[in-house]
Amino acid sequence: MSEVIKKATRESYGEALVALAERYENLIVLDADLAAATKTGIFKKAYPDRHYDCGIAEANMMGVAAGLATMGMIPFASSFAMFAAGRAFEIVRNSIGYPHLNVKIGATHAGISVGEDGATHQCCEDIALMRTIPGMVILNPADHVEAKAAVEAAILHDGPVYCRFGRLAVPVFNDPETYRFEIGKGVVLREGMDIAIVATGLMVNEALQAADTLAQEGIHARVINIHTIKPLDTDLITAAAQECGKIVTCEEHSIIGGLGSAVAECVAETCPVPVHRIGVNDQYGYSGPAVELLKAFGLTAAHIVEVVKNAL
Amino acid sequence: MDAVLRKQLQIHACHVRMGILDGVYHAKSGHPGGSLSIADLVTYLYFNRMNVYPDNPDYAGRDRLVLSKGHTAPALYAVLAERGFFPMDELKSLRHIGAMLQGHPCIHIPGVDMSSGSLGQGISAACGMALAGKHRAEDFQVYTILGDGELEEGQVWEAAMFAAHYGLDNLTAIVDNNGLQIDGKITEVCSPEPIPDKFAAFGWQVITMDAHDFDDIDRAFRAVEVVTGQPTVIIQKSVKGKGVSFMENQVGWHGSAPNAEQYQQAMQELQAELKRLEAQA
Repeated sequence: MSEVIKKATRESYGEALVALAERYENLIVLDADLAAATKTGIFKKAYPDRHYDCGIAEANMMGVAAGLATMGMIPFASSFAMFAAGRAFEIVRNSIGYPHLNVKIGATHAGISVGEDGATHQCCEDIALMRTIPGMVILNPADHVEAKAAVEAAILHDGPVYCRFGRLAVPVFNDPETYRFEIGKGVVLREGMDIAIVATGLMVNEALQAADTLAQEGIHARVINIHTIKPLDTDLITAAAQECGKIVTCEEHSIIGGLGSAVAECVAETCPVPVHRIGVNDQYGYSGPAVELLKAFGLTAAHIVEVVKNAL
Repeated sequence: MDAVLRKQLQIHACHVRMGILDGVYHAKSGHPGGSLSIADLVTYLYFNRMNVYPDNPDYAGRDRLVLSKGHTAPALYAVLAERGFFPMDELKSLRHIGAMLQGHPCIHIPGVDMSSGSLGQGISAACGMALAGKHRAEDFQVYTILGDGELEEGQVWEAAMFAAHYGLDNLTAIVDNNGLQIDGKITEVCSPEPIPDKFAAFGWQVITMDAHDFDDIDRAFRAVEVVTGQPTVIIQKSVKGKGVSFMENQVGWHGSAPNAEQYQQAMQELQAELKRLEAQA
């Protein structure tokens, strides 16, 4: 078996912006004094005249992005998820969402895998917040290949897009040669009829590992990667409910308002089946190494296996 | 200013004030006080300053205006109607269910350049527009109108810092300094004063003007033309409720509509002013 390559999706974000800059001349990048961390610093170095730092002022940055979008520019407003979705929520809602402007929000450092910085920077509420904004598309890519593709898909989509990236290096499992990203279309990564594991972001790789372990025990779990939380691929989720009868959702986000909620809301209307939500259980994070935190919060393949077995 | 032009602007402003009253009266709600205090300003901008195209409202090279104090939408709508972006009659459906004219400015309305209403946000959008102009070396102008109470929003100062940092001399902010906000006098609620000193400290060119004297308004905007390398703020000393005697300087008219009797009286006063202006040969 070849060595697993790991990469943080925030790096994919910065690299994708650089790679796409020539093709999309209206692409412009905004930062709030975090270019080094959001990895847009790579873009700033390559295209200094297309990068504007707004300083530590996320509210204004979102408004500036809105104004740029009215002029036909495609701004990527970059910050940590906590500040992009949290602090600037109402500006995103009123100045970007309501006028349905073509602003892309690049939100890095999402979830508890921020690690040592602790609870104030570990945003597990951003998907819930962004889901409530009409017309907002929410992308939460699982690995480097998907993250790069998501950035281009965001550019090609006319309207506001929230792109969620992580700080922690995670395994690259998609094949860059064959991978195709389509907004709103989930990806079935493993076929199975015993149960459906619906995962997003860095939990997709954990779900794949969990499915492999379960398969060794004769349990065949369907694994679905939901990279687009909104609009949700309701056809794929409904089919999973109908054919598998049980669903486990996995996300590095609060179990309130994120993928688990979205899936539960969907099947409650289309095909009610038990939905077991794996995520952050209505609590704050705390400091520690990212990998240890993921274990402590049950965001691992081992925990998915346990939940699946209990559900069957 | 040329006497004929001055009189034309005064007549347009009178129509705009009547449009504001029409809108707020038929809506049975809205914000007449702060709308009336910017009536002369928006009249000057849309009839004598901005390059706008009522027949082609989305023309790319137009000047932009963001009404950051979005609750005074009746003034914006009235001047857009007076300028020919849509019929004056539209004002009577302001705030009605299914109507085009929403309670606060909406970008989908012809002539409206940005949705606004949540205070402090419009100036940021105006910064973005001005930045795009600089980025692409285009020569349109961006205007944004703020309330003096609105200056209490922290985002205003984030934007002020940004505009000066990037030398947005294609951006002009106008602060409607009528001295009143919902809870009372701005100096008693949570004072944003001294307003000129604050903007100067943030790196802006500061100009003051009399909000209800077209000669002084013209002087102020001509002074903006020569400013380079920094944004300009015009602080206009205004009278809340200007033009309707019983509304002037009354905080209670910030956000309430006149009843039938009050509406009649207000319209009679404005009709009389219109007659007086038209009688001037």
